[in-house]
Amino acid sequence: MSFHCPANLRSWLQLPLLLATTFLLGGCLGEDASWHGKDIQGLMPELAFELTDTSGETIRAEELDGQIRLLFFGFTSCPDVCPTTLQKLSQAIKAMPSEMQSQTLALFVSVDPERDTPERLASYVDFFDKRIVGLTGDEPALRELAKRYRTTFGYDEPDADGNYAVSHSSAVYVFDREGKARLLLRPNLSADEIRQDLVALAGENS
Amino acid sequence: MSIFDYVAPYDFSALTVLSYMLVLAFYGYGVLRMPEGDRPGTGRILTFVLGVMLCYGVMQTRFDYYSQYMFFVHRGQHLILHHLGPFLIALSNPLPVMRFWYNQISPGLKVALKPVGFVYRCLQQPLIASVLFVGLIYFWLWPPIHFDAMLSRNLYWIMNWSMLLDGLLFWWLIFDPRSPALSSALGYGKRMLILALVAIPQMVLGATIVFSRGMVYDVYEVCGRAWPMEPATDQLIGGLLTWIPPAMMSILGILIILRRAMHEDGKYPTRSNPLKVTTS
Repeated sequence: MSFHCPANLRSWLQLPLLLATTFLLGGCLGEDASWHGKDIQGLMPELAFELTDTSGETIRAEELDGQIRLLFFGFTSCPDVCPTTLQKLSQAIKAMPSEMQSQTLALFVSVDPERDTPERLASYVDFFDKRIVGLTGDEPALRELAKRYRTTFGYDEPDADGNYAVSHSSAVYVFDREGKARLLLRPNLSADEIRQDLVALAGENS
Repeated sequence: MSIFDYVAPYDFSALTVLSYMLVLAFYGYGVLRMPEGDRPGTGRILTFVLGVMLCYGVMQTRFDYYSQYMFFVHRGQHLILHHLGPFLIALSNPLPVMRFWYNQISPGLKVALKPVGFVYRCLQQPLIASVLFVGLIYFWLWPPIHFDAMLSRNLYWIMNWSMLLDGLLFWWLIFDPRSPALSSALGYGKRMLILALVAIPQMVLGATIVFSRGMVYDVYEVCGRAWPMEPATDQLIGGLLTWIPPAMMSILGILIILRRAMHEDGKYPTRSNPLKVTTS
């Protein structure tokens, strides 16, 4: 009673097998080995936000078009991930050829608007690099942006001194000059690997 | 957060909401309009609605948010979409309702539905159904694929819907209410064999995740968790959810089929011919 539908079961089994093999090989060969980061082209929507910059002005993603943008979520009281990442981004940008530096911008989005006022954010990002821009917004705007890039953040219970940990994405999202999502930089990349990716991206259509 | 925030969809999908509404509406209308004798009892109706609502709940409420940002909640989501929800729906035996609707549709539409029937029968080949059932779990949990699926909204929806549809196909094959003695439904022995066979690779996968020292699914690390939780704990619970409940559901399925087979024992004449003395 069992195999009454396809007369030739072998040919039926071969098809999925063939598809799987094609997919596997395609996946392996198609992976662009030139990127250190993860290629996210087509996986994520283009850059769009409306946030507040460190001078308290509203800023939209389109206003920064024409530059390669590195989006990173964090908070200024962050003990480890944020300073390390910003340090690396700053090193990577500084090591780029100077004309490319001016076309690269890191966007540090604080997801802790309660504590991170524009002033506090300004002094924090200025400490790292002038090519790093601090951004923040009210919680709904931040939630929306995080959701758009399939990430989230959460707050821990405050301790006796009112300090609390914030969980957030540890990756950097890289957008090209047109605002298309291109790369996802995992935290294990070195500054030099990031620089190589950024130079390759900047050299693409300049 | 208010109760509304917990019940409202995190990522609203009109197609998903519409599908669930149509399923419930067709089921409800069918139950009300069908002849008294065919109508499923209250218990069966409740089981069906519970199965459907569980699947809806993990797809279109706050639960979906936690599923996107916590590995173990994601495993829980798939446990319901691929196992528990379809298990309940198939167990509730909605066949009379489907028959009712099949009798309502026009002959022209029946002809148009023929290719669907063909695809359905091919997918329900025991071997294909088993490979598909386990294969989909492995496919979506293959680390690079899992990473992409959690990053891309489209892939994420494809993943969840494919799990739900495959779960429905598989558990329907297992709990097909028609007796194999009287119809072309799969024999009870084969059903039990399938349940046992699909449990093994699921246990292997779950155990592999549980005993992994490193981070297998770093997408949750990269994209932030719903709340600060030790990544190793998240992965451990997620692995346990992949390992134990599906294995238990296989056992439960085997017991249900075994009970059904015992009830039918001796009820129908067996199809195998009695031994004949062959003269040479």
